[in-house]
Amino acid sequence: MDFSGKTAVITGSSRGIGKAIAEAYAKNGATVCIIDLMEDGVSSVVDEFTNKGYICHGYTCDVTDSARTEKVIKEIYKLTGSINILVNNAGITKDGLIIKMKESNWDAVINVNLKGTFNCVQKACRYMMKQPGNSIINIASVIGLIGNAGQANYAASKAGIIGLTKSVAKEFAARGLRCNAIAPGFIKTAMTDTLPEDIVRGYSEAIPMKRMGSPEDIADLCLFLASEMSSYITGQVINVDGGLVMN
Amino acid sequence: MDVTAKVKEIIVEELGVDASEVTPEAKFIEDLGADSLDTVELIMKFEEEFDLEIEDDEAEKLTTVGEAINFLKGKLQ
Repeated sequence: MDFSGKTAVITGSSRGIGKAIAEAYAKNGATVCIIDLMEDGVSSVVDEFTNKGYICHGYTCDVTDSARTEKVIKEIYKLTGSINILVNNAGITKDGLIIKMKESNWDAVINVNLKGTFNCVQKACRYMMKQPGNSIINIASVIGLIGNAGQANYAASKAGIIGLTKSVAKEFAARGLRCNAIAPGFIKTAMTDTLPEDIVRGYSEAIPMKRMGSPEDIADLCLFLASEMSSYITGQVINVDGGLVMN
Repeated sequence: MDVTAKVKEIIVEELGVDASEVTPEAKFIEDLGADSLDTVELIMKFEEEFDLEIEDDEAEKLTTVGEAINFLKGKLQ
């Protein structure tokens, strides 16, 4: 797949799934813009990618900050002249049973995962709708489809992303700007590394393919969803989960 | 600044219509073929070009070219 001349903006891309997505686009010629809250993470990815010969720019940005997000997106547009691909991947977890969940933990997860996605879509759409063929990809989760004990905040935020995705798809379909969501299952990243080993074993047993996925599994679908090969696909949620959830 | 000329220029560019169609009576949606997204883009372009803010309830009332010109002239005074 050739993404030469295209600009891809990926949030939460200093590590894990976001970084793998950014690298996939960069490898295929895109100019990638790394957005992340962690300044050190941004500079280390930019250094690494630049050393590999990729075209890459980095921005430290809290996606819950609407004004800062607007500034960054505008800067990217002025620098590259277009925003063709937006991947909203930035996300956090703050797990806990509802009965004991702190309001601050509910708010934090909804803010980063859902409002952050809204902010980026809102700020980028005005540039992305200028010409047809562009693509927004929101990273949801199978948890947003099936729920999970201890993750009410995360599940609600991811289900919210799915509703947002479908609305964005409808609003911009006539302009040829597509929007889809990816629902990863259990993917091996820093986020899932914190889970106890027996829990991970239990999860893996429940997956028909009997193994966790890799960030690259998600990145591969991101390539497809941003390419011409998926030009008639919009408003969809596609699971990448080894068969864990079958709709 | 000639507000009328600037407004017409923006409309021609944003909606891809002929300058001759952009009369004061022309309605953005019915006559100039704008959809709801076009009208929002148009308002945003006015805000950007004239460096001002247009509230949603103000924007809703701007259905013709003439209304937009008069509104912007008022705002800029």
